Order: sequence, then structure tokens, then C-alpha cells
Amino acid sequence: MRNPLSKIVVDMQPSGIRKFFDIVSEMKDAISLGVGEPDFDTPWHIREEGIYSLERGRTYYTSNAGLKELKEEICTYLKRRCELEYNCNNEVMVTVGGSEAIDMALRAMLEPGDEVLIPMPCYVSYHPCTVLAGGTPVVIELQGSNDFKLTKEQLLQHITDKTKVLILAYPNNPTGAVMNYDDLKEIVDVIIEKDIIVLSDEIYSELTYGMKHISIASFPGMRERTIVINGFSKSYAMTGWRLGYAVGPAMIIEQMVKIHQFAIMCAPTNSQYAGVEALKNGDTDVAFMRDAYDKRRRYLLYALRNMGLECFEPYGAFYVFPCIKSLGMTSEEFATKLLLEEKVAVVPGTAFGDCGEGYLRISYAYSIENLKIALERIERFVEKRRK
Amino acid sequence: MKEKILSAIDKNSKLSATDLAIMLGTTTEEITTAISEMEKDATICGYPTLINWDKINCERVTALIEVKVTPQRGLGFDKIAERIYQFDEVQSVYLMSGGFDLTVILEGKSMREVANFVSEKLAPMDAILSTATHFVLKKYKEHGMPLVSTKQDERMLITP
Repeated sequence: MRNPLSKIVVDMQPSGIRKFFDIVSEMKDAISLGVGEPDFDTPWHIREEGIYSLERGRTYYTSNAGLKELKEEICTYLKRRCELEYNCNNEVMVTVGGSEAIDMALRAMLEPGDEVLIPMPCYVSYHPCTVLAGGTPVVIELQGSNDFKLTKEQLLQHITDKTKVLILAYPNNPTGAVMNYDDLKEIVDVIIEKDIIVLSDEIYSELTYGMKHISIASFPGMRERTIVINGFSKSYAMTGWRLGYAVGPAMIIEQMVKIHQFAIMCAPTNSQYAGVEALKNGDTDVAFMRDAYDKRRRYLLYALRNMGLECFEPYGAFYVFPCIKSLGMTSEEFATKLLLEEKVAVVPGTAFGDCGEGYLRISYAYSIENLKIALERIERFVEKRRK
Repeated sequence: MKEKILSAIDKNSKLSATDLAIMLGTTTEEITTAISEMEKDATICGYPTLINWDKINCERVTALIEVKVTPQRGLGFDKIAERIYQFDEVQSVYLMSGGFDLTVILEGKSMREVANFVSEKLAPMDAILSTATHFVLKKYKEHGMPLVSTKQDERMLITP
């Protein structure tokens, strides 16, 4: 029989997180600080709207790019929260989570040989999606000493004649890093001068602490070269609804919709109706959850630093990214031993790129009570190693 | 800061001053001072525990009583409310708008006890015109919290 498989897929590494998941799921009564999704249930008024849409029998496809009402609300929201203006008729598409939007954007833009700059550590899908779209990933290894922000120098070092796209993901998973106005200003000139397109994954835009999220698309000259990806999963605690969106220049969005119409048809209809409710009446829920995350963030950061772990202050998402190099262990060693000895699961930084070595991703999408128990165990573990 | 403290302990009064200081990004001293100030001026009036008594087979009856009163000259509703809330059986007293004047929430060991209270203590008061007693059959939610055991975390243990 002939080989039924695609070489490009077979060569792709499975997600590093998957491997760790298999070990954790074997463990009974382990406390996990390893999830990348909110611990809150979707606010009831949003769930209720989803139920109502089913009751009304709204069980059909929507138009490919999404419900008109939802696209309008997305535009109103982006203007209100991020100072971004888009035409809801041809510059917005509703997707099956932010993940689909990433895939569609890369597939719409890349040709064989095009290089995609991927600052790492980062979310797990950018690299494989680039490869699947025929592009060449060029990894930029971000530094803990720069608080995992992308600097102008690092950007310049990695640009070649073939560079086409830069993937920017702030607030960042796994580091919790945020790039503020000044940080972005630094790199904007280079991006424009070198004629690079930015794929800006802003899925955590509502989860910033003590500062407002700034979209790179809001800088002069950037709107026409930026695809902004956002969604409902993190801000409204709607991960399971699979609802996201992309906005950008019509020229690119139209091509993305074309792939989407063949591959996906449309995002789930009842999720889209729930999404309308979220954008219309969900501001107080977002503020409430942000406030709760912020308290846990401070608590976790304080406790980790108190153990003597080096830890820069993350201003976004719901992760802390402590450095464990002082303990003389690799990330994977630390995570595995912590799991076996103290039954606490955290994710090794290496799951998000090789340069995550020496770091751990600890999520604070958990109640304070839960964090307390886990932190006591981590502290005991760290102290044993210090002796 | 006071508002922040209050919203943090509104649903969890077990948080220590040290924890609150870390969570709100301030010092333990500031928290302690603010809390004792608020205890003094009765912004914080107590730290009760939210209990679902049904869980321990302890007979308890809750009644909600609609009370119509004639306010007394120069004293208004407050004096009558005070006469009512002084009774230990009375859990809450609210002044209402609409068809009646006071809501009295009462807790007793049995229906008989509640009935006795209404007929012997409450109804005979001079200012009280009428009462209407409603017994609570089941409590679902109190103080913004559902009276059920916390839901299991159904998330997968590790996700990207």
C-alpha cells in the first residue's frame, strides 16, 4: 500500500503540552495550575441567550462571514475598547475561535518560501499553522531580561528579504507579558519600513492589569497591514462556544472568508447569538472577572517571589512565568518532579518553544483557596531543592 | 480602598489582612486600619457564616411576614421597626414601598413557634394594623451564593 500520509504533517511535532497532559491525567487528586482557560462559567445572561436561540429554532447556517448583527457589534466594540474602526460589511469575519482565524490568516497570506517571524515562547499553534500554510517559521527568542517583549533590535536581526508576516501576541500566553504604547511604537517604524504584515493575536486584550490594552493596528500606517484576531473565549469565559473573529483590510479578509466558506461554512449559530449578547451587555462581567484575576495575580506573584523564584511582573492574560534556573533543573524535570512529589501540575515553559527552558507557566485561572494549597506544595518542593 | 476591601470580603470574610494586602497591592497596616475603622462606624456590622441548615437535619422554619403599620407621630417607621427587630427570632426587617410597610423575616424551630410569635408578640403591638405570614419552603440562594456544593472543576487538567 502506498504511504497514505502527508510528509509535512508527519514531520510536525505534536504539542509539548499534550505529552504532559498524558502524565497528569494518570495522576489522581492532582491539583492543576495548568489550564489555559477561565475558571468562571460563561455569565448566565449570555448562556441564556444561547439557550433562547435554540428555543427559537435558530439552528441553521449563518452567512459565511457571520451574523450581520454580530459583525456590527464587533465593530462597535472594537471602536469603543480599542479605538479601531472597521467596516462590518467586508472587514470582519466570525470564526470558530481565535485559533481558526490564525489558521485562515496564514493560509490566505503565505506562499512557499515566505518567512513568518514568530516571537517565542508563544501559543502553540503559530508554528505548525505556518508550516501547514507552506510558510517558513523564523523563531525570535524573546528574553526574560526584556520581560519577554519584542525589541526593535531583535526584530531587525531576523528580518530578511523573504520576511512577510510577523505574529504578535500580546497580552501573551504563556508569559503574561504586555507591550505598551512605547514598546509598540519602537517596532512600528521597522514594520512599516520593511513592509511586513502583522498578525496580531489579541485574544487576551480584556485581561490587562493597571493599563489599557493597545492594539498595534491603532498606530498610523498599521491598520492596512494588520490582521487583528480576537474572540470571546478569554474575555467572556466562553472557550467551549468556539467563537472568535478576525478584522483587517478587506483585501485579506475576503480571501480568508473564501477559505472559511469551504472549510468551515460558518461559526456555530447559537454561539454567534450568545456573542451578540456578550458584546452588548457583558462589560460588567468582564470587569468583574478582570478584577478577580488581578487579585490572584498579585497573590501568586507575591508567593512565588517569596519562595525566591525570579519572576517578572506580568501585566496581562492569566499566567505567571517564573524562572527556575536557580534550582538547577530543566523545566520538564521541575514540572514532572513537582507532579510526582507534590501532585501539582504546572506547564514547563518548553511547551511554548525551546527558549521557554528554565521557566514554568503557572495559571491563575483558579480560586484563591485552590492557589493557596498549590502554592504551599510548590514552596515545600522548592525548599527541599534548596537544601 | 475601603470599597475594594469590602467587595473582596463581601463573599469571603475568611480572607486575612495579609492576604487582602497582597491581593489589593497594599500594606497589611492599611488593611487593618481600614477594617477597624469600618467596624467602628458600622460599615462592617458582623461576619456571619452562610449556612444551609437543611444539611444537618436541624428543624428550622423561616417565615416572611408582610406587616402594615400606622407610623407613630414624631417617630415614623423607625421606632416600630426597632421594637420588632429587637426580638432574637427576627432575622431581618426592611421598610418597603408598595402594598405593605415592613418585611419581617423570622426564623423559628417550628411553625407553631413562628405562629405564636406572630399572634402573641407581633400582631398585638399597637402600631400594627395587619400581618400576612408566608412560610419559606426551600432556599436556593442567599447573599448572592447558591446553597449547593461547589461544582467540580470540569476543565481538562492541562490546556494550551
